[in-house]
Amino acid sequence: MSQIDKTQEEYNKLVKKYQPSDSKVKNFFSAYLVGGLICLIGQIIIELLVGTGLELTDAASYTGLILILVGAVLTGFGVYDELAQFAGGGTIIPITGFANAIVAPAMEYRQEGYILGLGKQIYSVAGPVITYGILSAFLIGVIKLLLG
Amino acid sequence: MSLYIMAFLVGGLICALGQLFLDFTNYTPAHLLVGVVVTGAILSGLGLYEPLIDIAGAGATVPVMNFGHILTSGVLMEVERDGFLGLFAGVLEQGSIGITASIIIGFLTAAIFKPKE
Repeated sequence: MSQIDKTQEEYNKLVKKYQPSDSKVKNFFSAYLVGGLICLIGQIIIELLVGTGLELTDAASYTGLILILVGAVLTGFGVYDELAQFAGGGTIIPITGFANAIVAPAMEYRQEGYILGLGKQIYSVAGPVITYGILSAFLIGVIKLLLG
Repeated sequence: MSLYIMAFLVGGLICALGQLFLDFTNYTPAHLLVGVVVTGAILSGLGLYEPLIDIAGAGATVPVMNFGHILTSGVLMEVERDGFLGLFAGVLEQGSIGITASIIIGFLTAAIFKPKE
């Protein structure tokens, strides 16, 4: 590595050289690809379960369970977070990403105890999601009640 | 066959739009998840989510957006049946599976695995 003797301008040029200007475009398509593939896998699991005679709604619920399990275990092995480095939104938005958001902080803070570590941190992302999910569902219910 | 393609296209699009949100704002993934769930709830309230599931299958049920839809449709169903009390009874009617599964599986996984260095 050469010594640091760059002016601000040269440095900016250097940074730009190694940071592709289309990185946002690349992020968009990586997220699209990985998120789409996870949904495609979900669809395949649903079809397989329907093939065994399950009703469609139950098949979709079982698929949710399976994907939560897969997301959680991959997080446990540290694989999911590596995938997230590449795919961003593509790994965050599918239900596997929700499992990741539950397991990752719970696992990390387990050393602070099962109650105040794991038990508390398991909700660090799930908490806001559940809070605002319930709040919006409730408000929509109120609107429906008022409109009759 | 086309449902596989639609699942990929629609599910991927939802994720890619989420990525744009992350890239063009300073919000965190937690904000993104909340936003997506609230969006799902609103689409569900407008009656647009069921049609989306019909078109896209897992492309609509696998993203967490579906969680907002499940909570909302539970409330709407119970409000129809029970009125005011349904507001409180309905939220977890269908949402129970997802929440319980996440907590149980999340707890067990976090208890068994060790965080990577």
